[in-house]
Amino acid sequence: MLSWLERQIPKIILAPTFAAVTVFVYGFIAWTAWISLTKSRLLPNYDFAGLIQYRRLFDNPRWDMAMGNLMVFGLLFILLSMVLGLWLAILLDQQIRAEGLIRTIYLYPMALSMIVTGTAWKWMLNPGLGLESLVQRWGFDGFRFDWLVDPDRAIYAIVIAAVWQASGFVMALFLAGLRSVDGEIIKAAQVDGIPDWRIYASIILPSMAPVFMSAFIVLAHLAIKSFDLVVAMTGGGPGYATDLPATYMYAMAFSRGDLGQAASSAMVMMMVIFAIVVPYLYSELRAKHD
Amino acid sequence: MAPILEIRNLSKTFGETRILRDIHVAVDPGNFLVLVGPSGCGKSTLLNCIAGLEAPSGGHIRIGGRDMAGVNPKDRDIAMVFQSYALYPTMSVARNITFGMRVRGIDRAVQERKLAEVAEQLQIGHLLDRRPAQLSGGQRQRVAMGRALVRDPMLFLFDEPLSNLDAKLRVEMRTEIKRLHQQLGRTMVYVTHDQVEAMTLATHIMVMKDGAIQQLGTPAEIYRAPANIFVADFMGAPVMNLIPARLRRSGGEARLEIDRPGGTPIVFESTPLPGPLPDEVILGLRPEDITEAGRGGDGPSETVECRIDMVEPAGADTYVVSSLGGRPVTARLPPDTAAEPGAVLPLAFDLSRMSLFRPKTGERLN
Amino acid sequence: MTDQPVPLSAAPAGMRVTRPRLRRMALRAGLYAMLAGFAAFYLLPLFVMVTTSLKGLEEIQSGSLVALPREITFEAWSKAWSGTCTGIQCEGLRPFFWNSVAMAVPAVILSTLIGALNGYALSHWRFRGSNILFGAILFGCFLPFQVVLMPMARVLGLLGLAGSIPGLVLVHVVYGLGFTTLFFRNFYVTVPGELVRAAKIDGAGFFRIFASIFLPLSLPIVTVTVIWQFTNVWNDFLFGVSFSQAGSQPVTVALNNIVNSTTGVKEYNVDMAAAIIAGLPTLGVYVLAGKYFIRGLTAGAVKG
Repeated sequence: MLSWLERQIPKIILAPTFAAVTVFVYGFIAWTAWISLTKSRLLPNYDFAGLIQYRRLFDNPRWDMAMGNLMVFGLLFILLSMVLGLWLAILLDQQIRAEGLIRTIYLYPMALSMIVTGTAWKWMLNPGLGLESLVQRWGFDGFRFDWLVDPDRAIYAIVIAAVWQASGFVMALFLAGLRSVDGEIIKAAQVDGIPDWRIYASIILPSMAPVFMSAFIVLAHLAIKSFDLVVAMTGGGPGYATDLPATYMYAMAFSRGDLGQAASSAMVMMMVIFAIVVPYLYSELRAKHD
Repeated sequence: MAPILEIRNLSKTFGETRILRDIHVAVDPGNFLVLVGPSGCGKSTLLNCIAGLEAPSGGHIRIGGRDMAGVNPKDRDIAMVFQSYALYPTMSVARNITFGMRVRGIDRAVQERKLAEVAEQLQIGHLLDRRPAQLSGGQRQRVAMGRALVRDPMLFLFDEPLSNLDAKLRVEMRTEIKRLHQQLGRTMVYVTHDQVEAMTLATHIMVMKDGAIQQLGTPAEIYRAPANIFVADFMGAPVMNLIPARLRRSGGEARLEIDRPGGTPIVFESTPLPGPLPDEVILGLRPEDITEAGRGGDGPSETVECRIDMVEPAGADTYVVSSLGGRPVTARLPPDTAAEPGAVLPLAFDLSRMSLFRPKTGERLN
Repeated sequence: MTDQPVPLSAAPAGMRVTRPRLRRMALRAGLYAMLAGFAAFYLLPLFVMVTTSLKGLEEIQSGSLVALPREITFEAWSKAWSGTCTGIQCEGLRPFFWNSVAMAVPAVILSTLIGALNGYALSHWRFRGSNILFGAILFGCFLPFQVVLMPMARVLGLLGLAGSIPGLVLVHVVYGLGFTTLFFRNFYVTVPGELVRAAKIDGAGFFRIFASIFLPLSLPIVTVTVIWQFTNVWNDFLFGVSFSQAGSQPVTVALNNIVNSTTGVKEYNVDMAAAIIAGLPTLGVYVLAGKYFIRGLTAGAVKG
């Protein structure tokens, strides 16, 4: 009897986590999924109503705006962070003195809350007293840098802050990837007289495909969940110019009292993330089994 | 005397794969059983089943006459030495050795006394305060042995304990284990893939392949009379010569006939063959059963002129390689032999020590 | 990053035509100039935050964004800490800072502890279905929290934890478990199984083996996990803004309320001081234990 109990200990240890995951992850997903298929407004209504909420969602110009913004923001954020991160990693891979210090400087934004980042950049990009007035003071009177208050450009201002925060992290990923390339291959290429840039382009970068992939996954994940930065910098404005799915969902859930819309927008966000993550996880797991 | 370890009809399956089948063995007190075989043959799984670290799928294990079904490893009165030594990395040597006694709540004075005894026996007294990371491979090995010795169990289990050591240390530690066995007179079960270890340590050897016993016997039996081609090939270095041969029958008697390159076949005229045999056989002869003709050959032997392909001096012996039946055949000659590559040398074949195998199944015929 | 980098610029002598010395030096100078330029880009916001927080409002209005303060004043700091208004309250950031501490400390300890036990059980005490369970836990790492916000709000209400710090602790523990379990499992998987087997034969059970063998090995991974969890919990905004009320808000929510309140004169110096205060704990952790911080980030990136 005691021996039986002893053998159950691992299961007993994992039971609370199992219960928590079942309820708080899968149960909650199910709840939200169900609500997204009802006519719930301020209070949950559990009568099935088909895809009505999704129809409302896709008919809503504000949601269109949010998804469009996500496309622009996501693409630019991912692209710029990757390019900048890779470039910084290559620069740092050149036998740099004080590499540790420089790396620390490039990466510290990742330790900050998005709210702190947003506050800092909001101040710097503020047209009256920020960078715009700084450059004007230097004598360029016609200089305009008022993206933050320009409905057509505000989303780019958020991209700048987001890239500032995440590119150092991408650099760290790439640097680790560069350093893990087999040194003998590089030596062999050097002996063959291949120029440095060719070694990067033809040997090192192609072997880092998995690093590119995981950087992409992390950045895409960050982009889709982006919420804090927008709240801190623009609050979704001017108007709805910088609304993202996450801010839309929050507004529906907590200020508009429209549970059905909140649920359906959350479900769409989750499906977008899983559309990206699941194939990646699947290929990762399969690669490990081979 | 009742056997210390008795295994009956043991099997182990993992999903569809059968890892062990039909394992029967009994180990008497004081015996040293070596489980030997290539990797994946199931020998480590068998050891883990004995230790209670894995549950068998069928059959019985008895240790000291007690059925072990459902008995935890700690209650089996065993100790085990692992391949990686499995020393607890954050504990000192002394704590590594006494951990089991601490867990069992044994009196501190007893712990100290036993620790001192074992340290004395293995000469590791000066290492007691060190961490495993600060020890050499050989020292770690000794500590791992100390941890087993201090248990003073009914049965010792060893899982390839020497395979992480370099060649020289391995020989030293092998001797050390042998000495311990003789000193303590305890029952031991030892897993290895190294047939030299098996031959030197064992009182009994179990050769395994694909989860089944190939042969169980004393080292001499296994060496002289391998039960099949697998055992013949696996045990002994350099390996047994396995030469394809035909039977030439005339009258009521049969003679062995072997092809050789570019010449007439050899017929071993003066050796009549025993019993009923198939037309084709594999002749197994150890290199030491083929010697230079006219030099110290005592038994009845057949002399054959052989062209030497290669000469490999190995210090105490010189091995010469010729070709018979389409196979290279190695003979063990004294180091002062005049054999030279390309020359023809008369070699004496001692067929009284031969093994004959059936080519298809590999089973022993004589 | 433990591997010795292969210097591309240091090919074996005689294997390559040596570049003219001057050109080489020019290249190196350009390289360092570029690195310094990027360093300026990353440091600029911090520099501006610090200098702005040390200026008076008048100097901010009249002076340049990047100018050093003519007169250093800590007024903005003391106001940000204990005087500025967050909505209706005017007690500064202080109470909210302590809210964050009261939330982060138990959340980090609990999720690390549970993650360690989970990881240990999942790596060395496997049972039928344990791999599926691990996959199910891991899946939670990718969850966009928007999906759980509404049911969580209702469940916290049912448990009587709505708008309370224990409620936030619960949320952070539950949704932190995926990563803490992942970290510990991946670390413990590298511990040889023979150690566990040896200890079993020595008579130790589940907890004894954990306490005597695994815990003493765990300092590096505990550090990584604690830093990862602390950074995430401290910097969280979404859960904070969704599940807290006036008295229980974490510091990030309070900071946002200060900065984005529309009433009164904009006190940029106070905003900056508040932002630095809110960011200081995680920044401090980063400066003190950057190595472990990066290790957590990259470990998390591999799977999450």
